[in-house]
Amino acid sequence: MVASRETSSNPGRIPALGLRALGLIFISILLMYFDNRDNHLDTVRNAIGAAVYPLRVIVDAPSHLWGWLGEATTSRKDMELELDRLKAERLLTNARLQKLNALEAENSRLRAMLDARAQVRDRTRVAEIMSVDANPYSHSLVIDIGTQEGVVDGQALIDADGVVGQVIEAGLMTSQAMLISDTDHALPVEVNRNGLRTIVVGTGKIDQLKLPFVVNNADIQVGDLLVTSGLGGAFPSGYPVAIVESVTRIPQEPYADVTARPSASLGQVREVLLIFSAPGPDIETASDD
Amino acid sequence: MIRDRASHRLPIILTFIFGLVLTIMPLPDGTEAFRPDWLAMLVIFWAMQLPRTWSVGTAWIIGIVLDVSQGTVLGQHALALCCVAFITVRFHLLMRVFPITQLTATVFAILATYQFLMFWINGVAGVNAPMIAYWGPIISGTLLWPFVMTILSGMRYRTRTGD
Repeated sequence: MVASRETSSNPGRIPALGLRALGLIFISILLMYFDNRDNHLDTVRNAIGAAVYPLRVIVDAPSHLWGWLGEATTSRKDMELELDRLKAERLLTNARLQKLNALEAENSRLRAMLDARAQVRDRTRVAEIMSVDANPYSHSLVIDIGTQEGVVDGQALIDADGVVGQVIEAGLMTSQAMLISDTDHALPVEVNRNGLRTIVVGTGKIDQLKLPFVVNNADIQVGDLLVTSGLGGAFPSGYPVAIVESVTRIPQEPYADVTARPSASLGQVREVLLIFSAPGPDIETASDD
Repeated sequence: MIRDRASHRLPIILTFIFGLVLTIMPLPDGTEAFRPDWLAMLVIFWAMQLPRTWSVGTAWIIGIVLDVSQGTVLGQHALALCCVAFITVRFHLLMRVFPITQLTATVFAILATYQFLMFWINGVAGVNAPMIAYWGPIISGTLLWPFVMTILSGMRYRTRTGD
């Protein structure tokens, strides 16, 4: 090393630097081991997460303010137009909902006749997405509610058009969710047309999903709607996930090359619905992978 | 040497908080992969300038906070930042006399080490990520280093921040 009397009060040597670094690296490795194996460290995470919360609020503030400003400065005419549009939309949805109620009643009657478990309507709660970036190595987003509101790991997130993702880390006041487009995300689905069950995996691209396990002679077509099958236990069944975009059958390969486009607009959601489904028997398996 | 230490540390702590804000700030689609490792760069700068106060311990604590805020495995950023601080403190006297081009090259090497550790731990923990998520920050961090260095040096010598 360079001679140590170079700077005023700084001798070049820092005492026990290597030892301290080694110790801390060892602690880090222990932490990673325990954190990756099971969730013993959730309390630690929550405690530090609470300290990070104000920062998230600060970072989120400008876009929040922008949205508020936009609302505050829209003209009366625009507001009236919007209101008219919403009223019309509400009328339409309500009309459709009436029919749905009747259908739901009929469905539960038929299910009762068949001795099948009655389908419970899922409870939902609206969460707002904070404009805060999280993990650089995955497709994820941060929502503004946490365990205080009953959010748990593995909970499903949907928007008006389809499944968005699932909660991977429920903090005290904010939670992190993984999008279905993440390469680590797999979701059991079925083809709505014929009930063919398969798995949808993220590609890392926000507007593309793939179905790696569809055999070559399976009955699947472009335009097929994929809905959650409810098999993994994490997602309740029957929510739209994606629409098949391309099917390429390769004769010498066992599986066809199938891609799909997510129904939900993953890149531009502002609000999501969290689903609190009735506790099923297979909830425990949900949080794993 | 005996001065009010807390008041001198405050500006540096503020730079770290600002770095964390930059780290979680949303960027336009497509540019997220090129978000520099702000906190790693700050750790390099302060460990180089004031190695007695800002060394492996602080880096480790910052890493833990970063792990929690990013939702990575607890200890991942902590370990990587700890190594960054170690390398920097070990060679801080050399790095201080380097001309800016040579220093930038050194920073490139340190940032590459940092991202390699990320890559390695992600691999062990089973996290898949596109390669650009590792290369992007190294490139942008190296390109931005001279500016960051200028701003922080200005701040350091104007306010006489330090130990």
